[in-house]
Amino acid sequence: MKMKKKKDILIVGVGGQGIIVASEILADVGKEAGFDVKKSEVHGMSQRGGSVSTHVRFGKQVFSPLIRQGKVDFLLAFELLEALRWVNFLSPHGAALVNNLKINPTTVSSGSMEYPSNIAHLLKESGHTIQLIEGINLAEQAGSKRAVNIVLLGALSGFLPDIAEEMWLKVIRSRVSAKTLQANEKAFYLGRKDA
Amino acid sequence: MKVLLSGNEAVARGGYEFGVSVAAGYPGTPSTEILENIVHFSEIYCQWSPNEKVALETGIGASLAGARTLVTMKHVGLNVAADPFMTLAYTGVNAGLVIVCADDPGMHSSQNEQDNRFYAKFAQVPLLEPSDSQEAKDLVGFGLEISEKYDTPVLLRLTTRISHSKSLTEVKDQRIVSSIGPFAKDPKKYVMIPAHSRKRHVLMKTRTKSLRALSESTDWNRCEMNDKKIGIICGSIAYQYAKEVLPEASYLKLGMSHPLPHKLITDFARHVEKLYVLEELTPFIEDQVKAMGISVEGRSMLPDTGELTPDIVAQAFLHESAPKGYHPGVELPPRPPVMCPGCPHRGLFYTLSRKKIRAMGDIGCYTLSVLPPLQAMDTCICMGASIGTAHGFNKASQGSDVPPVVGVIGDSTFLHSGLTGLLDVAYNQGNSTIIILDNRTTAMTGFQHHPGTGLTLQGKETRAVDLKALAESFGISRVHEVDPYDLKQLSQVIDREVKASEPSLIISRRPCVLLERKKRKTKPVQRQVAVDLCTGCKACLKLGCPAISFLAEDKAVIDPLMCNGCPVCEQVCKAGAIQSVAI
Repeated sequence: MKMKKKKDILIVGVGGQGIIVASEILADVGKEAGFDVKKSEVHGMSQRGGSVSTHVRFGKQVFSPLIRQGKVDFLLAFELLEALRWVNFLSPHGAALVNNLKINPTTVSSGSMEYPSNIAHLLKESGHTIQLIEGINLAEQAGSKRAVNIVLLGALSGFLPDIAEEMWLKVIRSRVSAKTLQANEKAFYLGRKDA
Repeated sequence: MKVLLSGNEAVARGGYEFGVSVAAGYPGTPSTEILENIVHFSEIYCQWSPNEKVALETGIGASLAGARTLVTMKHVGLNVAADPFMTLAYTGVNAGLVIVCADDPGMHSSQNEQDNRFYAKFAQVPLLEPSDSQEAKDLVGFGLEISEKYDTPVLLRLTTRISHSKSLTEVKDQRIVSSIGPFAKDPKKYVMIPAHSRKRHVLMKTRTKSLRALSESTDWNRCEMNDKKIGIICGSIAYQYAKEVLPEASYLKLGMSHPLPHKLITDFARHVEKLYVLEELTPFIEDQVKAMGISVEGRSMLPDTGELTPDIVAQAFLHESAPKGYHPGVELPPRPPVMCPGCPHRGLFYTLSRKKIRAMGDIGCYTLSVLPPLQAMDTCICMGASIGTAHGFNKASQGSDVPPVVGVIGDSTFLHSGLTGLLDVAYNQGNSTIIILDNRTTAMTGFQHHPGTGLTLQGKETRAVDLKALAESFGISRVHEVDPYDLKQLSQVIDREVKASEPSLIISRRPCVLLERKKRKTKPVQRQVAVDLCTGCKACLKLGCPAISFLAEDKAVIDPLMCNGCPVCEQVCKAGAIQSVAI
């Protein structure tokens, strides 16, 4: 198989948003596509509604499971503030795919700090390609509010032309329950079309 | 077949492939998933022990009986198990015994970042350090083999980035059957009275010499000669970061890092122009290399604390400045972890916080109550420390006008190492009030069973400890069970018990809301804010519930996606604005 270019993907969001499952699917897709794959995440105290970040790396040979700052090809952000927090990890040519959703951290809901008001604008100021995705709307359209992570993976798939659509679907089918399969497949297509 | 496994999954897989038949441990991030994966192999008996000391003692017994054994824990767990560990190093083993401990550099989910490599040197046992999942799996096999061959327990040290990173791992279906015989009576080896221990200690010195020879010859310690200008000695995750940043350098990669291969290090040092050691946390290897009289650099180039990253390695070796990147020019509110909406601990800590009662704390989800707005925890040292700390504080304050403090501890933590503390309070005639936050699980690490839940790791029904009867058997007669969702009752009981002149135990009992949510068939009775009744007093915000926030127009709002339907905020709202949502 012709070796494809390396891809470094950082998935960020809030604990409980289904980020780990998304990263599992993405890593499996990389493996199916014939890459060496590494993935790193953090459990325990770092969940419980806190900021969560997961690194997924594809390449011919991957050493570090962590991506270096400024080398991320794609930032897949499940939440706006988290996108802004991590946007400086993008490489100069990197793109951010951002779920257009605001979740107040307790530092904001308690009134001690303010949630930045114009995040979409601030993200664009970074100079990177920023794609906002209406994840919840699309997931609802697909038939399951919980399928936001699959919508976002669908959007990412549109940026990875080396990897066949069928490979994504194969992995998604192996990872979701039969009951939710239809909604998840639809969520994937809606995300892919949106990107 | 190659599969993507985390380091923890790979250790479990290694347990299967290399013939482990007994495994024991106590949950602790980042080690928990080892046993959670071993449970899928029916060939292996596995259990959650009440604590790491008992887990290791169970492991010793299993090894003596002829079973290849794994014992798993997080780094601080080995402090608890240090007593058997240090003398197990004298007795040695029968069947292979590998102790897997996972360090947490950077303290992602821990109270300290101790470097457990020192335990291997301290106890004089071999130390193995994988740098990816394949190595984690294979080192289980190597560890069991040398444990049997050299009659020693083996320390397999993971770190968060090894335990929780996934990489491709070759898995096999066949399982090695261990050929170790049954226990043979041998008091000189197994009964550590001074006369026997003195002889065993001499044997340990010989064993270390043999192990050092192994460390020189094993393929697990290998030179990768490349550009000879830079030579780096490293292992574990530091190896991966170094290879990422400095692919052209020469490496002495150590998979077995105690005892160190002196000759290999000397030869490697001779063949490179400039020698470095790259290691996380402490100069464990570097100091030993320096003691050999070899000029080497490492720790001085790195930050003194915290975990390594490839960026730190690049800054140290390539003198790259930290990447500037884009900064949005606004302050980003941090997003600390929080107790979940509906968490039964919230009502308890809210009550303590309102009453300004000092709480000696412990390890678990509830430690998050230290953060604003609750700020209800005054100490957190280690598993079980709350009770002894409260007892000591109150003894020292007796007769002064310092109000008594309470000890707060989770159910799993209490059964781990709170029992002896409570016994101390009872025995030494303390007057402390101890509160057990009984949420019927080990929540922080992902809902593991413990001796209070009535189920084992392997899903078997079992007897569940009766906390009330237990405390009464210690001689504590004031034992009260309360529902932390009932703030009024909670307040009355706490007021009464902290004033009592004898010890008391309050069991604040309600299952973890996440567990309940999984079991639940119907939607919970959620709460919402009647906007016209909300006075904007912000009393509800003092609960620190992530589902409640404040709108710009000075009214509270409850996020229906997050609300798990607990009645606590309703009781806090004096205006009656928080109401149940009619279904």
